[in-house]
Amino acid sequence: MAEPVSVPQRQDESFLPAPFNTTSPPPQLIAQGAEALLYRTHFLSPSTPAALKARPSKPYRHPTLDARLTKQRVLAEARVLVKLAGLASDPANEINVPAVLSLEWDAARKVKGLSDEQRGARSGGGAGAWLLMEWIEGRSVKDLLRQWDEWYKNKSADVPAEEIARQEEEVKRLLLVHGDLTSSNIIVRPKGGEMNGSSSAVANGDLREEKDQDGPTPPDLNGEIVLIDFGLATQSIQDEDRSVDLYVLERAFGSTHPRQEDWFDAEVLQSQHGYRGSYRGSNVVLKRLEDVRLRGRKRSMIG
Amino acid sequence: MPPELALHVAMYTDVENASFLKDQLLAGNAEFEYAFIDASMILSTKHVLAAAFRAMNDHLNERLKSRNIHSEIVFCLSPNNNIGEAFRRFGVSESTRNLLVLKVATATTPDITLESVSKHLSTHIQGKECAFDDANFRKVSDVERIRKVYKANLPTSRSSSKSGKPVVNGTSGGREFDPIWSLERQILGLMALRGAT
Repeated sequence: MAEPVSVPQRQDESFLPAPFNTTSPPPQLIAQGAEALLYRTHFLSPSTPAALKARPSKPYRHPTLDARLTKQRVLAEARVLVKLAGLASDPANEINVPAVLSLEWDAARKVKGLSDEQRGARSGGGAGAWLLMEWIEGRSVKDLLRQWDEWYKNKSADVPAEEIARQEEEVKRLLLVHGDLTSSNIIVRPKGGEMNGSSSAVANGDLREEKDQDGPTPPDLNGEIVLIDFGLATQSIQDEDRSVDLYVLERAFGSTHPRQEDWFDAEVLQSQHGYRGSYRGSNVVLKRLEDVRLRGRKRSMIG
Repeated sequence: MPPELALHVAMYTDVENASFLKDQLLAGNAEFEYAFIDASMILSTKHVLAAAFRAMNDHLNERLKSRNIHSEIVFCLSPNNNIGEAFRRFGVSESTRNLLVLKVATATTPDITLESVSKHLSTHIQGKECAFDDANFRKVSDVERIRKVYKANLPTSRSSSKSGKPVVNGTSGGREFDPIWSLERQILGLMALRGAT
């Protein structure tokens, strides 16, 4: 990764909330969204990588509202993650989410008041709330699918059909979505919403050697699925919300991976080991999904 | 990681004078301003260090809820807002056999060094000093009690009652399912959320 240019780095540093603006090595900015900035840093010691999601305060908002909003959002996300972590302790659930390591929801809160000059060095920069999470190594499903797609397009003619089929199997397995949650997760970045934490299993290793090395290689599709980014997650058990959730995922998927769009429906939703098979209430939800498709989101006919 | 604050940690097993230490703490004896923690209530190094991190961060932002940063560390271990309860659960008591001691040195207390702390502790604590590492915690931690305090879930050993659910990720990654790690994540999250309205 290239070294960041010094000027932008200084601007970024002003966003870094208090304990992290003096961390060494300094956190690395990875992504910038509308709501928050994502840094890679560490927790307690450099051997524990961590993801810092910082939500700086927005000066154009009314300060009270801003403080309240940021706080609510960070807390909501943290609560969802912790709740899911609690569920994930049952291995039958196979949910993987990043662990919450540390949390700051109100950087301006003080129990004893001090004058602003005394506080000056620390409170500058208007840093708001932040959430420190376990770092998930791997690549997003979006990236993997893209890479797979590239390979598929350019594969050499003498690649046997079964291997293609096997690769397709792997990809489909990747897309399997959980249905057995009590909360409805509205994943904000559905196109990259799942990161593939690949670990040691390299069953595909030998397979890859046979492929044509000049073209793009198929990505290693093994590993566990980890869901990230619960910034807008809500906890709701209504079918309507669940089907809207699926709809969002479906549309996002279709727009970023158009060639694999039919897979989504066939494998993820309808197949026995996809949504339909693994979740008790899936029938109702899938039926609702048809309705949602017809009319679009946020047009709930429920009063 | 908080700068300019140093954290000193020591761990002891087979402690004999636990009640003496507790009395000193309650009396507010300035010489005994430490975070005394019952090591059997700690799951791992990360567990207690995360609590210390939160306490130090709160200290830097001037929002300690307890008397001093050391009592704050004990408080930060707790999943709820009851300081007394935190001390009863995690702090030192007469029955404590395995003790963890933490001391925070700030810029205003330059006389507190690793040497002075370890000397002071070794004279006053009747017990065997051991290394502060996860291996030792695994030996002394009372996982069941910890789990109950945090109301966390441990994976059940028997297979899920939802039959007919095929194993989805046949090649799911190499990391074996470690119940201690899973418990740790829940605890870290709960500690982080403590006191959130």
